[in-house]
Amino acid sequence: MYNASNLRKGLKILIDKEPYVVTDFQFTKPGKGQALYRCKLRNMINGIMIDRTYRSVDTFESANLEQRKMQYLYNQEGHFYFMDQQNYDQSALSSEQVGDAKNYLMDNLEVDVLLFDGRPIGLTLPNFVDLLVTQADPWAKGDSVAGDSKPVTLETGYTLRVPPFIEEGIKITVDTRTGEYVTRVK
Amino acid sequence: MSPGSSDHLSLLERETLSAKRPTLWLRARLVQAIRHFFTEKNYLEIETPYLVPAPAPELHIDAIHAGGAFLHTSPELCMKRLLAAGYPKIFQICKCFRQGERGERHLPEFTLLEWYRAETDYLGLMDECEEMVIFVLEELGLPPVLEFKGKAVDLQRPWPRFTVQEAFERHASAPLEQAVTSDRFDEILAFEIEPSLGFPKPVFLYHYPSALAALARLSKDASGVAERFELYAAGIELANAFSELTDPVEQRARFEMELAKRKQQGKTVYPMPEKFLRTLPFMPESAGIALGVDRLVMLLSNQKEIDPVVSFTPEEL
Repeated sequence: MYNASNLRKGLKILIDKEPYVVTDFQFTKPGKGQALYRCKLRNMINGIMIDRTYRSVDTFESANLEQRKMQYLYNQEGHFYFMDQQNYDQSALSSEQVGDAKNYLMDNLEVDVLLFDGRPIGLTLPNFVDLLVTQADPWAKGDSVAGDSKPVTLETGYTLRVPPFIEEGIKITVDTRTGEYVTRVK
Repeated sequence: MSPGSSDHLSLLERETLSAKRPTLWLRARLVQAIRHFFTEKNYLEIETPYLVPAPAPELHIDAIHAGGAFLHTSPELCMKRLLAAGYPKIFQICKCFRQGERGERHLPEFTLLEWYRAETDYLGLMDECEEMVIFVLEELGLPPVLEFKGKAVDLQRPWPRFTVQEAFERHASAPLEQAVTSDRFDEILAFEIEPSLGFPKPVFLYHYPSALAALARLSKDASGVAERFELYAAGIELANAFSELTDPVEQRARFEMELAKRKQQGKTVYPMPEKFLRTLPFMPESAGIALGVDRLVMLLSNQKEIDPVVSFTPEEL
C-alpha cells in the first residue's frame, strides 16, 4: 500500500486493477491548500499513457509484479513462447507485447519476462545481443555513394546499417536499446 | 586539499554553485533591501523560536518532528503573541519547515518574510505589499517591468484585485461553490487559475471561502468569505495574508475542527496552542502576511524553479 507522498518516477501502482508505472511526476501545493501530485502514468499491459492528479489522502495498492529469467523458445501464430529457467513453465507473449524486441529474439536468448499476478505482460532484453548476419550485399570498394555504412539483414529478419566490412555469416553485437550496430563478434 | 586533487563530483558542485553566484548575490541584496524597507517604516525585526511544542493546527500543513517538539511551519503564533503584548509593527525573515513539500516551487525548508501590523486590515496590507516590492526593486536598481520566461511582468502600482469568485468565473471549469463542496478547490486553483494569474501585473486574489482560512477574520461586507488574500505574480504564488481573527472562542473552534480533520486523515494531531489562545483576547485589530522570499528571488531572477535560488537543495546535501 502506498500513499500519495510515496509517488515517484518509476513507482508501480495498481489503477482499476491494472499495473501502471509513474513516468512523470510533479508536486504542487497552494500555500494553505492540500498537496497535489500530478502524474503521467503508463499502463504496463497496453502501454497507454494517462494523466492523473492525486491528493495527499489518496492511497494506492502496489502492483504484484515479478521478473523471471526465461529462455526464448519460438514464435507461432503471433505469439512468442518462453520457458522459465527455474520451473520450466512456459509463458506466451503476444506480438504487441513483444513489440520491437522481436528484432532481437533468437532461439535460446535469455530475457527477463515481467509477470503481473503471474500473467506475462512484457519482457526486458539484455542490453547487447549477438546476432548472425544472414544477408549482406558485397561492398564495392570506392563506392562512396552509400557513405560508410550499408544495410544488412540479421537472422531475426531485422535490418540495420553496419560498416561496409560486415559480410554474410558474420556475427555482430547490437545494442537493443538503440537498435544500432556496436561491434563485430570475434 | 589542492584544487588538482578534487574529484569529479566536487568539481561538478563547484560548477553548480558557481553558476548560482549572480542569484545568490541578488538574494542577499534583496533580503537587505527588505530589512531596509521595514526598519525605515519603524517595524521591529523579531526572531522567534524555530522549535515549538505546538505548531498552528492546519489540515494541510504538516510540521516536521524534531527533538520531542516540532519545527515551526511559520512564525505566525509567536508573532501574534508579540502583537497581543503591544508590539504593533513587527517583521521576521526566517526559515520555515514543512514535511513532504518538494517540487518545482517547493522546498521542505524555505525562507519566509512575515510581517504584522496593528490597526490595519487586509486591504491595508495589499497597499503595503505593493509599496515594499517597488521599494526593493528601486533599491536593487531593477526596472519596474521585468521579463519572466519570455513574458513581461509589470510591477508598477497599482496591482489589480480580483475576488476568488471572479477568478473562478473567469478561468475555472467549475463554479466556486461546487469546487469547494466537491473538494476540488485546490486542484482547480492550482491547475486552471494560477498559471494565468499575475500577467502582466501581479494580482491580489481575495475573499476566500471561509472554510479555507483557519486563522482569518470573516468579512464584514461579504457573506461566507474571509478577509484573506493571496498575491500572485507571473503565475507564482508569492504571499498569503489576512485580517487576523481575534476572537478566542471562534479561533479555538476552528483549531478543533482542523485537528479533528487531521485525526480523521491519520495525520499527526498537534497539541492545542493554549498559550496563543490565551493571549488572543489582547490582540489588537491587525493584519499579517507571509511572503515567500525564495519565490520573490525566482521572480526577480527569471527562474521558473526554486532550486537555482538556494545555495543547496535537500538532494544536494
